Amino acid sequence: MFSFELLLDAVVLGVLLGCFYAAVSLGLSVAFGLLDVPHVAHPAFLVLASYAVYVLNEFYGIDPLLAGLLITPFLFVFGLAAYRLYYETFEKRGSDAGVRGIAFFFGIAFIIEVLIILQFGVDQRSVTATYIGKAWRIGDMRIPYRLVVAFAVATLLTTLLALYLSKTFMGRAIRAVAQDQEALRLMGANPIRIKQWAFGIATAVLGIAGALLIIVAPVDPTLDRAYIGRTFCVVVMAGLGSMTGTLVAAIILGVAESIVLTLFGASWAPAISFAMLLGVLAVRPQGLFGRRS
Amino acid sequence: MKRRTLLGATISAAVLGLTFGLTSAATAQQPPIKIGMSMAQTGGLAGGGKASQLGIEIWRDDVNARGGLLGRKVELVVYDDKSSASETPAIYSKLLDVDKVDILFAPYATVPTAPLMPLVKQRGMLLMGNFSFQVNSKVGHDMWFNNAPWGPADSWAASFLELGQKAGGKTIALLAADQEFAQNLALTARDVAKKMNMQIVFDQAYPPNTVEFSSILRALKAAKPDIVYVASYPPDSAGILRAVNEIGIGNNVKIFGGGMVGLQFGAVMENLGSLLNGVVNYNTWLPEPSMQNEGTKAFFETYTKRAIEAKVDPLGYYLAPFGYASGQMIEQAIKAVGSLDQKALAKYLRENEHKTIVGPIAFAADGERKESATLQAQFRGVVDKNMDQFRKPGTQVILFPAKMKSGDLISPFEAARK
Repeated sequence: MFSFELLLDAVVLGVLLGCFYAAVSLGLSVAFGLLDVPHVAHPAFLVLASYAVYVLNEFYGIDPLLAGLLITPFLFVFGLAAYRLYYETFEKRGSDAGVRGIAFFFGIAFIIEVLIILQFGVDQRSVTATYIGKAWRIGDMRIPYRLVVAFAVATLLTTLLALYLSKTFMGRAIRAVAQDQEALRLMGANPIRIKQWAFGIATAVLGIAGALLIIVAPVDPTLDRAYIGRTFCVVVMAGLGSMTGTLVAAIILGVAESIVLTLFGASWAPAISFAMLLGVLAVRPQGLFGRRS
Repeated sequence: MKRRTLLGATISAAVLGLTFGLTSAATAQQPPIKIGMSMAQTGGLAGGGKASQLGIEIWRDDVNARGGLLGRKVELVVYDDKSSASETPAIYSKLLDVDKVDILFAPYATVPTAPLMPLVKQRGMLLMGNFSFQVNSKVGHDMWFNNAPWGPADSWAASFLELGQKAGGKTIALLAADQEFAQNLALTARDVAKKMNMQIVFDQAYPPNTVEFSSILRALKAAKPDIVYVASYPPDSAGILRAVNEIGIGNNVKIFGGGMVGLQFGAVMENLGSLLNGVVNYNTWLPEPSMQNEGTKAFFETYTKRAIEAKVDPLGYYLAPFGYASGQMIEQAIKAVGSLDQKALAKYLRENEHKTIVGPIAFAADGERKESATLQAQFRGVVDKNMDQFRKPGTQVILFPAKMKSGDLISPFEAARK
């Protein structure tokens, strides 16, 4: 059944899918990659953002991407508050190490899940937009527009975030806190405020990412569980904290998944993703784009 | 004499009055008949579980309004099993030993029901099943009765493949979720295909949590099948239909669908809208004229009102009327037997045909339906974002079984989508 046409199709779809994976992983790349916060509630925040986008689209007719932008400031404030709570209850007391920090975020994830169920029920929700459900024809190939949108937005988001972290004062401060928190403290800066700000940014990007999530496929309250493995896989494979690395790693994952789905059988897809992660960690423990510590 | 007669009459009247008073007090104080069950109120099966429970609750209210059973009120004892198989054995032990229920109803779905079967058989209890699939095939409990219309194990795939063969189909593509229920369907489809001498040209199981189906659909399309049999779960059903719309499935496909879970629920159907057109899929009850029985209309009037406050499926076709029918069957059995004796009730249920709002129900020896009443219906003329269209006949035309048929298959699939 192998044909080059199918392979080409798989690669193109894989690149687009990978860009979508990058968009949903970028926030985690900041929170876990740069700040060392074991943010397992990241996908739950993502699903929460998707539901906010759903409400704006369903009841006010706002385009999902615009809705994602509109909720960004609220998510930023939500991120600031979430980090402050985590800091006061765990990090400050030094009890954030090991599984306890993870337990905090698991708890938050479950609370979010239950709140969504109480408010919206257990049914799937989706949005409507002109670019959903149609495909772009190039010869025999058909590319869903929703994936093209995910590709464009993810590339833009990665570029903006990478520029923010490398060119702005605050961005450089965030990278500094990731490298040596104590050195920053000795220089008179408050690393906690910088970390809080960075966590706010990590949550704010979920506005657009959440919009992409519900554009690509319908969402339900427990969808976050499907993304925990995938997003952590992308971030760790990329090398903790690298934005362009996140994009490249996500594309590699997307292409591998797509080729396996198309040519070798769907059952193998998750195994291949995680085998790749193990392979990368074995050869380059710091990840594809990580710095040697 | 006169005084004595008066005294006698007074005493008699007092004794009579006392006896009457005591009798009515005794009736009023008789404990209710307790029907115990667990139900998925949270977790992945909650959408169906809550709708099913509402159907049973409507029956309870109706039967109590008619004066209850054996002069006693009917009470439901329900616990949340969180859609999990590990919860149900403990819940049913509690129902039997602590709550001391009189009748057991099974939880919704196969997975939570399967681990109960040995316990229920050992305790000699009748179990009214609730939409599980082949859970009694190996246990062989002779007091098990499934309310679902499935019938013989292979009838599900057979009805769909026969429709495809009649439309000229010779080759089959199987796409199934890598989970128990879907794999069971795929397994029977493979057997049926073999019996019907049909060639399987594509056979894939996709893992749970698959996000994007475009790649799988491209590979399926390249195999050029005539019949596409899909056994999928709700999150995937939406993804698959979306990808079909975008990527296309090829002009040679005569019939598409079969075992897609999710397309029976109002919210999913409303979300998918016109993407549903042409799909032939299984169902249990539909608002076609051939499906109307005594009490059906009244049931759905009540359900529609109560579904809003209960935040459950606004249509409720798939499970709710069968929950009500479970109650109706137990009601008929208790009335006929005149007691709660489990063996006598089981004997009555096994030997008689029961009148319900979903039509007459008769059981085979294994407690499944004697004849399959699982519908295969084709979506037609569906528009986007409109829930009410699904309440009207003609939106899902019944192709199988012949008794309930309301139209013929439109084929090929691409033509039916228009």
